[in-house]
Amino acid sequence: MEHVTFLVVVVIITALAFDFTNGFHDTANAMATSIATGALRPKVAVAISAVLNLVGAFLSVEVAKTISGGIVDDHLVTPAMVFAGLIGAILWNLLTWLLGLPSSSSHALFGGLIGAVWVGAGVQGVHFGTVLQKIVIPAVASPLIAGFVAMTATYLAYTITARARHDSVTRTFRFGQIASASLVSLAHGTNDAQKTMGVITLTLISTGALASGSAPPLWVIAAAGLAIALGTYLGGWRIIRTMGKGLTEIESPQGFAAEASATTVILASSHLGFALSTTQVVSGAILGTGLGRRLARVRWNVAGRMALAWLLTLPAAAAVGAVAAAVATTGTLGVTVAAVVAIAAAAGLYAAARRDPVHAGNVNEVPAEPQPVAA
Amino acid sequence: MDVKWAALGQVLVVGLAVSVVVMVVFSLGAMALSARQTVRETGSGGTGALAAATLCFAACAAVVLYGIYLIVPQFH
Repeated sequence: MEHVTFLVVVVIITALAFDFTNGFHDTANAMATSIATGALRPKVAVAISAVLNLVGAFLSVEVAKTISGGIVDDHLVTPAMVFAGLIGAILWNLLTWLLGLPSSSSHALFGGLIGAVWVGAGVQGVHFGTVLQKIVIPAVASPLIAGFVAMTATYLAYTITARARHDSVTRTFRFGQIASASLVSLAHGTNDAQKTMGVITLTLISTGALASGSAPPLWVIAAAGLAIALGTYLGGWRIIRTMGKGLTEIESPQGFAAEASATTVILASSHLGFALSTTQVVSGAILGTGLGRRLARVRWNVAGRMALAWLLTLPAAAAVGAVAAAVATTGTLGVTVAAVVAIAAAAGLYAAARRDPVHAGNVNEVPAEPQPVAA
Repeated sequence: MDVKWAALGQVLVVGLAVSVVVMVVFSLGAMALSARQTVRETGSGGTGALAAATLCFAACAAVVLYGIYLIVPQFH
């Protein structure tokens, strides 16, 4: 592959790094409720999720036809802009992880690309109508729909089983949780690993290393699948704690109601042609299940911070992507400088997280509140 | 701009309908299992409850299989 330049290698590595943070960030979507109710031990939960993500990566056959799905003008996108956009997405993912906030990895990627294209190719390269249609409206609709469905399901579960034995019902619903959480993991692998494969494949096509319209080579599929699975296995414990324990206290019928509702809404949305963000669907479902059980307390301050993070995801990733693009589009030196600065920033965020580590051992301990917000 | 409100409405209706059905059937299964446990502690029996529970969970398993069918592109 004589067409593979320094820049292409950097883009591939950065894309895999993004894929890793994507898995890392989204473990909570599938497994937070199962870990919180004790349906699965924390390490077992992330291991199941990682394997299903890997399997999902190999099952997905439909290559992304565009890097951004029409959010930016793909003809104007250069590898340097893709690189800058990925940096924006990675850094935002790491910052929200540090704060323990679930936020959409796809929105971070789109945000980063928007910023990078805006600076690299001009504002006409960004399709704002598509941004509104594909990001803003689904972001508002996802939690509302999932929340309403989960609230109804939770109410029904508690009403029907009100006279049953608590221990027996709890045990039964734990099994249901495992099944529904596994479905979310599999769906995640088929969707999200495929995004990274698309970015790498399209970059290789743009430089002529692959013929136009090529399917991703096996090494791309394997690398993307392994990156997302490894990220999933290492587990974003900070986000798992927020979703499992921070938003509301979850019992096993609620965990099942939340995860089953989320699975149904995700599958319905992807097959009825209105793609919704997994992160926002699951977060909404957990909130809804908190509302559906009488006496369950929803911590609205946590929900509020989460909503704020969703609001900021696109502009914040775009801002980082724009700055990175301004530097990276100047040439090889610029790319190197942007990469070094990004690695330093990522290391800084990791170091900050080390001061107050959350891991498999303490993931179910509710943090003392009100939690001081670092940012 | 073209927002597919009809598709969004469908997502809500289908999501709600399927979730409600799964939840009701699964809860009934949980009820049946709980009833069986109570019966067996006082003596024998509970076969009917076990059969009812099995039926409920089989129905839920069918929905899970359909979910896997939807997720895996090789199946369609």
